[in-house]
Amino acid sequence: MGIEFRDVGKTYPDGTVAVTGFSCTVPSHRTLALVGTSGSGKTTLMRMVNRMVEPTTGTVLIDERDVLGLDKVELRRSIGYVPQAGGLLPHRRVVDNVATVPVLTGTPRGAARDAALALLERVGLDPALGRRYPAQLSGGQQQRVAVARALAADPNILLMDEPFGAVDPIVRRGLQDQLLQLQAELGKTIVLVTHDIDEAFRLGDEVVILRTGGIVAQAGTPKEIVAAPADDFVRDFIGADRADRALRTVDIDGRSVVVDGDGRPVGVLE
Amino acid sequence: MSWLEANRDYVLDMLVQHVRLSVPAIVISVVVAIVLGRVAWRWPRVGTVVLGTASLLYSVPALPLLIVIPVLLGIPLRSGLTLVVALAVYGTALLAGTAADAFRSVDGRVREAAEAMGYSRAGLFWKVDLPLAVPVLLSGVRVITVSTVSLVTIGALVGIPSLGNLLTDGFQRDIRAEIVTGVVGTMLLAVVLDVLLVVLGRLATPWRVATPTGGAR
Repeated sequence: MGIEFRDVGKTYPDGTVAVTGFSCTVPSHRTLALVGTSGSGKTTLMRMVNRMVEPTTGTVLIDERDVLGLDKVELRRSIGYVPQAGGLLPHRRVVDNVATVPVLTGTPRGAARDAALALLERVGLDPALGRRYPAQLSGGQQQRVAVARALAADPNILLMDEPFGAVDPIVRRGLQDQLLQLQAELGKTIVLVTHDIDEAFRLGDEVVILRTGGIVAQAGTPKEIVAAPADDFVRDFIGADRADRALRTVDIDGRSVVVDGDGRPVGVLE
Repeated sequence: MSWLEANRDYVLDMLVQHVRLSVPAIVISVVVAIVLGRVAWRWPRVGTVVLGTASLLYSVPALPLLIVIPVLLGIPLRSGLTLVVALAVYGTALLAGTAADAFRSVDGRVREAAEAMGYSRAGLFWKVDLPLAVPVLLSGVRVITVSTVSLVTIGALVGIPSLGNLLTDGFQRDIRAEIVTGVVGTMLLAVVLDVLLVVLGRLATPWRVATPTGGAR
């Protein structure tokens, strides 16, 4: 069950190879983080799940069924999609943005709006913001709306395309916390695309680090990857040698204080 | 003013004729231009040919066009339909490029997210692309509205009545008040229709009224 990429590849008509021979399984209720630089094929892979991109080789399966055998529009409506910044419908009020998919699938508008207002609260927004247009919200608020919108039809799967990439670090942290809390309650199957390794480690149960051309540099849990980077590429990508990852302890007044590579204290070892 | 008072019914009649010729021509132009603009946007190569042909049509002089259309369509020369078709050709030629630009002005991130959410092809056009294309489209519609209203007057030369008759008649009989009435009447009609379009545009794009930047980020 869950999502399975079975030896998928994507070569565009102009000859660009985005992905080659990628295989990976995302068990239900787990989060897969696809991380890599631009050109690593991470977004292409995510888009294969809802057929925004179709693989040229191999198959993508959801609960054992080939997505190519499913109706494109129905499939997309059954999957929550959180776009990058700027993906809200600018001409629809926030509440109507959130209610988009339920309305598309035939829920009466009034009922869909009521549910949308409740969802806004769930993602930490004042329901009064529902009357506004997206441009009247801050970037962080807009992405909360995007998350609420993706959840509106109560999908089993969420696809997230660099959802928090364009907000400042403090707001990003808040959004990540919110998502972790929601995920603990809802248990969706999530495919998250990010170029931020820290985000991948925070949100992903499983992390796949991709290099150019969609080749897997390393796949595993965050712990496995940090503990044993497969090669120099991964080591460099996760910043294993970075000052804030190379922690050690020093003894101060009988207590073990953890310091980073520059000797700055980051905490106390209990 | 005495000429106008004496000929009020005639002027009003010509004004009504003028509206009945210009409004259908504008509506047809808008619909056809949106179709052509959509095609040009969707298939850029076809679009180059379509938009090139359209601008070529715009360069056809008006009087020959008014002679050719009745021959091609088998309708009387003095029929209002002849003029409506001719004006629709000019209006479409002028607007098609703007319509393509209007579709190009829609934020790619927005339409992509909409597609990923499960909008059908038709839904994407009616609910996302078209409403978001309105601001740019409207700027083009305003241009062809004013140009169409003013072009209707040439119908008078081949005997299709409109406010243009006040010009031909006024020149022939040397009645200055009649010429002035014809010119001012045509301009006023253009201004009224333009204001109407601005108001309609505001009603169709409430999000832009609420956010002066128009959500363009």
